[in-house]
Amino acid sequence: MNQTADSFPDAPEGVKMQTQDVNIFYADNQAITDVSLDIADRNVTALIGPSGCGKSTYLRALNRMNDTIDSCRIEGRILLDGEDIYGRGVDAVEVRRRVGMVFQKSNPFPKSIFDNVAFGLRIGGEKDKDLIAQRVEESLRGAALWDEVKDRLQSSALGLSGGQQQRLCIARCLAVWPEVILMDEPASALDPIATAKIEELIRELREKYTIIIVTHSMQQAARVSDFTAFFFMGKLIEHGDTEMMFTRPSKKRTEEYISGRFG
Amino acid sequence: MRYTKKDWVLAGLTGMSLVVILLLLAVLLGQIAWHGAPVISAEFLTESPGADMISGGIWPAIYGTVFMTLLMTLAGVPVGIATAIFLTEYASPRSRTAKLVRIAVNNLAGVPSIVFGLFGLGFFIIFVGGSMDALFYDDSRPVWGKPSILWASLTLAVLTLPVVIVTTEEALRQVPRELRDASLALGATRFQTVYKIVLPNAKGGILTGVILAVSRGAGEVAPIIFCGAANFVPYLPTDLRDMFMHLGYHVYALATQSPNVDAARPTLFGTVLVLLVLTFSLNLLAVIIRSRSRAALRP
Repeated sequence: MNQTADSFPDAPEGVKMQTQDVNIFYADNQAITDVSLDIADRNVTALIGPSGCGKSTYLRALNRMNDTIDSCRIEGRILLDGEDIYGRGVDAVEVRRRVGMVFQKSNPFPKSIFDNVAFGLRIGGEKDKDLIAQRVEESLRGAALWDEVKDRLQSSALGLSGGQQQRLCIARCLAVWPEVILMDEPASALDPIATAKIEELIRELREKYTIIIVTHSMQQAARVSDFTAFFFMGKLIEHGDTEMMFTRPSKKRTEEYISGRFG
Repeated sequence: MRYTKKDWVLAGLTGMSLVVILLLLAVLLGQIAWHGAPVISAEFLTESPGADMISGGIWPAIYGTVFMTLLMTLAGVPVGIATAIFLTEYASPRSRTAKLVRIAVNNLAGVPSIVFGLFGLGFFIIFVGGSMDALFYDDSRPVWGKPSILWASLTLAVLTLPVVIVTTEEALRQVPRELRDASLALGATRFQTVYKIVLPNAKGGILTGVILAVSRGAGEVAPIIFCGAANFVPYLPTDLRDMFMHLGYHVYALATQSPNVDAARPTLFGTVLVLLVLTFSLNLLAVIIRSRSRAALRP
């Protein structure tokens, strides 16, 4: 499955993350087998595939969130700007500051809107109130939420609608200035209008961030991503330019999945 | 919805048990309030008992109970909460240590309270206190190695420990995993996640559990019989090494060791009433905190 280099001849801005021969196990079950994949800098890469194909597991390995699962074990190398994030002396906390994550179910803290966005800065040791206020505004603007919440920053985040909560989670993630943002089906629990807003946002964020998004919806992958990786049974079947993947996939399985014959 | 015959039988049986429980409670509390209330007066609450223990008030027992409860809380609750945090947040679910600690906690909860009393006597008074005396004092008179409010409080702290641990663990587990994940994904350390996210969200549950444990400990008599409660100490404890009077123990003493049981009865009821009011108000506080913290989690 060593196709990454060939199918990836003209990565526009270079490569941000690389995974080399990655295997992931839960106790004795292998969830990911020999995945080698290069992630293009400041582009959107979509991970697609049927349920249980390991794409979420793979995503969570990219910022070491799997560390919190006891039985999970990882082999191979995952590089961020050429440095192994599982390497010796690398702090998972530092990795997660650079590689942020937005979850499938929006999970704002039961705090005010302001405190939610400021959380990452404050735990990072930032004390300057003006700077925090400025970054909160900037992040909320970045997540296209500022106009809707600017008059009620001190009210509870739990009072927001589902779509707003998810954009708040994105704003919270932006506030710590990550380089890569991982999104695990960020719109799967939202209605079509809220989904459209999130997708629009993803296209804007691409200018500044490297985004990796897991999605169940092939239309979504086609709409938001520049590159698409197709996972099946824990293996990377195909990876390439999104338009190519959806019009002329090179593998039969990919074509079958995309045309809706299974999955 | 229409009831079938079986439903009626079940509803009847469960309803009857409810009535029995309520009746028992009403009779018990009514009896105590009826006989106890007339005795309650400013003097009863603020004066020391007379030499016959029946006349006078019960102030030293109230003071002793509150003092002991505070010491017990200070000694036991932090340890209990820390243990629960270790078990839920740090120990892996399959860890041997965590399993051992859980088994120990569960067994501790099932130990009869009188056994705690014997433990307190053997461990705290004779072993710890005795060793301190042997180390620091030449005099053969015991300084630490005798019953006192300190040892009684520590014994009760051990007794309440399992309740604190179990309820705190429960409260911590109520905090959704998603919140922990969100915090970690933002680059928080595990400690920051526990301190800033998990504990604030579990605060209500932890406080409720702590108060219930404390109110149980406050009313226990058996463990302190050997460890520091006294029949009759007309002065207030001012030193950790003093013995003290305790409401529950006072009831026990009045009921079993008074020369004239009939004459002691009103004082007895009055004391029981005061003890009940103290523990009930603690329980009430727990209920209020619980409902408030539930409300806080809603938008």
